[in-house]
Amino acid sequence: MDNRQKEINNLKDYKYGFSTDIENIQAPKGLNEDVIKFISKIKKEPAWMLEFRLKAFERFKALNEPDWQKPKFPKIDYQDLYYYSAPKSMKDKPKSLDELDPKLLETYKKLGIPLQEQARLNGIAVDAVFDSVSVATTFKDELTKQGIIFCPISEAIQNHPELVKKYLGSVIPTSDHFFATLNSAVFTDGSFVYIPEGVRCPMELSTYFRINASNTGQFERTLIIADKGSYVSYLEGCTAPMRDENQLHAANVELIALDDAEIKYSTVQNWYPGDKDGKGGIYNFVTKRGLCKGKNSKISWTQVETGSAITWKYPSCILKGDNSVGEFYSIAITNNYQKADTGTKMIHLGKNTKSKIISKGISAGSSDMTYRGLVDISSKAKNSTNYTQCDSLLMGNKCGAHTVPYIKNKNSESNIAHEATTSKISEEQLHYCQQRGLNPEEAVGLIVNGFCKEVLQQLPMEFAVEAQKLVGISLEGSVG
Amino acid sequence: MKEQLQKDFDNSIKNLSLSQKDIEIKKFCLENFINKGFPNRKEEDWKFSDLNQIIKKNIGELSFYNDQASTNKVDTSVFVDGLEHNKIVFINGRIEKIDFEYEKKDQIEIIDQSETINEFKNSNSLSDLNNAFTNKCFKILVKKGYQLVKPLIIYHITNSKIWSKNINLRLNFEIDKDSSLRLIDLFNDTSEKNFLNIFYSFVLKENAVLKNYKVDKFENKNIKYSFNNIDQDKNSISETFILSSGSNFSKNEINCNLNGLYASAFVNGIFSLNNDKHHEIRSIINHLTENTKSYQLVKSVLDESSKAVYQGKIFVNSDAQKTDGYQLSKAILLNKESEFNAKPELEIYADDVKCSHGSASGSLNEDSIFYLMSRGLSYQQSRELLINGFLMDVVEKITDSEIKNLIKNMIGIKE
Repeated sequence: MDNRQKEINNLKDYKYGFSTDIENIQAPKGLNEDVIKFISKIKKEPAWMLEFRLKAFERFKALNEPDWQKPKFPKIDYQDLYYYSAPKSMKDKPKSLDELDPKLLETYKKLGIPLQEQARLNGIAVDAVFDSVSVATTFKDELTKQGIIFCPISEAIQNHPELVKKYLGSVIPTSDHFFATLNSAVFTDGSFVYIPEGVRCPMELSTYFRINASNTGQFERTLIIADKGSYVSYLEGCTAPMRDENQLHAANVELIALDDAEIKYSTVQNWYPGDKDGKGGIYNFVTKRGLCKGKNSKISWTQVETGSAITWKYPSCILKGDNSVGEFYSIAITNNYQKADTGTKMIHLGKNTKSKIISKGISAGSSDMTYRGLVDISSKAKNSTNYTQCDSLLMGNKCGAHTVPYIKNKNSESNIAHEATTSKISEEQLHYCQQRGLNPEEAVGLIVNGFCKEVLQQLPMEFAVEAQKLVGISLEGSVG
Repeated sequence: MKEQLQKDFDNSIKNLSLSQKDIEIKKFCLENFINKGFPNRKEEDWKFSDLNQIIKKNIGELSFYNDQASTNKVDTSVFVDGLEHNKIVFINGRIEKIDFEYEKKDQIEIIDQSETINEFKNSNSLSDLNNAFTNKCFKILVKKGYQLVKPLIIYHITNSKIWSKNINLRLNFEIDKDSSLRLIDLFNDTSEKNFLNIFYSFVLKENAVLKNYKVDKFENKNIKYSFNNIDQDKNSISETFILSSGSNFSKNEINCNLNGLYASAFVNGIFSLNNDKHHEIRSIINHLTENTKSYQLVKSVLDESSKAVYQGKIFVNSDAQKTDGYQLSKAILLNKESEFNAKPELEIYADDVKCSHGSASGSLNEDSIFYLMSRGLSYQQSRELLINGFLMDVVEKITDSEIKNLIKNMIGIKE
């Protein structure tokens, strides 16, 4: 057996499926005002933050679970979840990485996220979130020198309340949909990024999310603010242990780009997708929204979605500032019994705004994949353009691929173009590759990588390599 | 509205000789409609066109009772000149004339089906409304191997005798093996503020051909909904062309089931709208077996504060390998007030298929206008030429040359 084959065999099953035995502090099971107060208290939050949470919870009580998405799921008992879970050793926060629980460090090492200083070679600043709390943030000093704030959001609430107060909930208000509101009420941690005026962030910022404890919902909240003329590239990765029950992940991500600022947000989502029979796996119900608030601002979303049992995710751009640009690049791969309903919203409000959507969906096994998108050009968004392309690739006749775009044009000076195709890998292509000595799986891997290339090349280099591998692995066993 | 419905329903029932069971069914449908009301934007299919609001705004209170006893005089001046054709004439919702003068009498059968309740797989409340109030329904059966010599034109005429009325119509067609039918629906309204609710059902047997042209050309202030269910057997072909232009509001729904091998469906449409008209086409093509084909092309030219909506769906069942599905919608917005909404949907469960859709909307191309003007045309002429060419594409898809010419004349497209 050659090396590649060995590697594949190693990876065939979910590589990140281990769980770490660490003592946890958990909030009492269930969802009520006391739990929210408990979370707020343990995080030593100021009164306005608790108020924010309770307001959201008030609203949440009046809402119902959405049911318009294609993948249906068994009802979640929100009272049967833990809303806060933290490694015990985090209670008194360690001052430096040396004080971190070695078990935690080991976990992240297994995941391939080196938190220790040797990570310097990698040149990526990492914020690691373990269950409900952020455990470590690297490269803090270097970033502080430039005035960049990169810290857990719970720290930002205490140290930079003026920024958090101003922007938190400004893109995803507490009165948003069911899962976003739930998140506003019970979010535990996440990353906070502020790039000051005119600063180009010298390194990639990255967060690594990990769900460890069982029966825990992970609700993190990320807030990124790029002040005038600044630039930041942000990466996000996620894994979870293999468990038989389904776990809920409902995160909120808010991006705000002021005049001339640019935010690039990349995600490689590899939550546990459940086993071959569709048992277990994460419900990934995430709200991501970016606001191009200033003139000439730009927000670009890139995502590689390979994990989770069910994904509902629509990273959106609100193009409010004149000349602002929104981009969305997505690869979504579903295998076995995975279900994904993902896409984007581009809401054009300002003049001369541009948006581009490239979405590639691949479904194999008995999975189901839906692209759902909205392009809305308002009557004030003169001279705006949108280009959308969504391609789907089907492998086998038990899976499904669907495209549901909503296109609204209220402006005669704007142009919208939309294209979508659905097909399978042609026999000719496969034959050609096999004739040149590739085995069928390698051939499919090559063709699929080519199919996805347009999106993969948008990823930062370190991520692109990982993502490319992930694409291959996710489709293992779907050929033939 | 509830009392009005109940009262009008009792009046309609009185004039009909229905069995107790049929009355019960109709009552059940009425109950359903009363519970659901007119469709509104909360329903996914009506997201872009809130019928409840539109009726409220344009009509206000509707009445539902239609006097079927008194006959209306058929005004022959509305008939199409220069094209010999068979006729069915509806005046204010009442069938006044069925005339197949050019055909062999024994090849076409007209069956009274007033007592059958329709079984449309249509979840909206309008089919309930239709079932509750339709009181005359015919089935037109084209017998095996017979191809109609002349086209059939169905005249939908309304006149000023009616006002704020709901009219419900229903017609069923069965086109037997190896037969064909050319059908034109022609709307001619001199009435105002009425709501027409029309249900058609077509059954196409093996090798049958249906060409259905819906022409809503003349300016009027009515609101129309038309639902067409087409079931297709092996090798059958259906062609639907919709010219959507005259009414204040109009929604055409095509639900096409390709049940047999090699069946194919073509849906083409033109929206040519002005003022504050609001039109919609919704098509669902269900590819249910192997080797079926569908093709859709919809083009819109929108002026003033008009609004066009196109919702098209291609559904491919997991058995329907080798499906070929195509869908294209294009719109030109001439005014900053005009609006185009599209929802081109693909739902695919088979892997060996070729499905694609495209949608584009925008303004008239300034470069093209410049090109034409630099060759001596005025701005107005260039604009007309470009719009003509844009719409011509769809008209050229009409496979029947006689009818193509008729429609060209109606739109005023010059060659």
